[in-house]
Amino acid sequence: MSNLIDPFVRNEFLLRSLIAGILVSIACAIVGTYVVLRGMAFVGDALAHGVLPGVAGAVLLGAPVLVGAAVGAGVMIAGVTFITARSRLSNDSAIGLLFIGLLALGVVLVSSSDSLTGDLEAILFGEFLGVSTSDLVIQAVALVVVGAVCAFAARPLLVLCFDADMADAMGYRVRRYHRLLLVLVAGTVVVSFQAVGSLLVFGMLLAPAGAAALVTRRVGSMMVVGSVIGVLSTYLGLLASYHFDWAAGASVVLCAVAIFFLVLISTSVRRRGASRA
Amino acid sequence: MPDRTPVLAARRLSVGYEGRAVLSSIDVFAAPGSSIALVGPNGSGKSTLLRTFASLIDPVEGAVEVCGSPARAASTRIGYLNQFHANATTLPLRVSDVVHMGRFDRRGRFARRSAADNEAVTDALERMRVSDLADESLRDLSGGQRQRVFLAQVLARRADLLLLDEPTSGLDATARTVLFAALDEERQRGAVVVTATHDVGEASRCDRVMLLSGRLIADGPADVVLTPDNLLATFGIGLVRSGDQLLVTDSGHHHDDHTGHEH
Repeated sequence: MSNLIDPFVRNEFLLRSLIAGILVSIACAIVGTYVVLRGMAFVGDALAHGVLPGVAGAVLLGAPVLVGAAVGAGVMIAGVTFITARSRLSNDSAIGLLFIGLLALGVVLVSSSDSLTGDLEAILFGEFLGVSTSDLVIQAVALVVVGAVCAFAARPLLVLCFDADMADAMGYRVRRYHRLLLVLVAGTVVVSFQAVGSLLVFGMLLAPAGAAALVTRRVGSMMVVGSVIGVLSTYLGLLASYHFDWAAGASVVLCAVAIFFLVLISTSVRRRGASRA
Repeated sequence: MPDRTPVLAARRLSVGYEGRAVLSSIDVFAAPGSSIALVGPNGSGKSTLLRTFASLIDPVEGAVEVCGSPARAASTRIGYLNQFHANATTLPLRVSDVVHMGRFDRRGRFARRSAADNEAVTDALERMRVSDLADESLRDLSGGQRQRVFLAQVLARRADLLLLDEPTSGLDATARTVLFAALDEERQRGAVVVTATHDVGEASRCDRVMLLSGRLIADGPADVVLTPDNLLATFGIGLVRSGDQLLVTDSGHHHDDHTGHEH
């Protein structure tokens, strides 16, 4: 039992990581629910990768990393919005090229500076164990904002996920709410990437919400179950990281993805059993 | 003195995409309790016209009014049934929640369901005979059951103008009868029902039929409009109406047998 709790009691940095993970998990589960329902996985992934050049640019210029990430995500939102509205090419192709382009730009920026090369791993895979108290404050504020915005816009967002045309016919401003979703995804990515990294943050957006979608019948329940899975993944991932010396961010995301596949397999088996009965 | 304002009004309407008209010079004035069928093959412009009525796309020319107001300002008076619901098989939603969704814009942002909301939803579920599915998950239903739920969602809006894109899609004969009865009740309370369909049996139930094929081929009562010549001009093959069915004749371009096909 002590192996399960003691690491967090005896190590303040690990306790801070756990708290950060809980805050990030809940925010990701709320926003991830809409990512799953609206079928925005690819756009969300692109937004998650868009922070890399922003962060690299911020470090080069000596600006706050969070500001750089926000600018990077902002550029990605503008690009995705432009492509969605104008491109005659399929959105997947155009957005894929945009995010690969921004990722390449980020790597070029990082490789152009010796001082940045060491930071690349932290940007891509996060520094879960290096979370500061100010990071926790930012993540807590972000969670409150995400929760408040999603509560305020819950109905239009649900109708948008159900059927964008129906939302439009009901008088909801579909483009505005779609952009709001993009901003929510980008904001969640920006405040979460320091913990789990820009490459892995998308796993926390998608895996817990995706697993919850398989076992729930209401959107509110999906957010709650997704949050519980996210928190559980954080706890198990940090514990594994502590005992086996694994990379913390990757361990947490690995747990979340493993839980998703366990839920997927168990629901498939249960459904097959029910159809045979 | 009864209100003489048409529920749906459009004069010299041109509809299309990106400024390019698909249909032009459409005039529509629908009095309370009336019904219109937009009939034509795929790509004829019927869904585009319906979507323009719902203010989902702006007219290329002209304007649409619903109950005397611009259509976009009258969204709470419109019930729109989309032809496709791509996310229906993935969303974790109960049937009753889906139907309640049709009442969202009638409530304050944080207001709870009112007695009127609950009554409208219960009534709509019963009229589409899906009350027993109320607690089921939408994604677990068959295609026909889901279509009945979507129709119940539109009925729950208690709208003045019902815009239905292929409402009988996936419905069996019993469900079609249930739907037609529900739409008759909607008309009796004064709602206008506009249906986009390629089903002539469905169209012949309406007061007015507009045959479309990239232009307005014919417009008027079903018995006047659904003639072999008009159907040939609309669908490009020889068709004869027989009750609720269309029979392919040997006068068409593509068929030279006498086999009957329900269209």
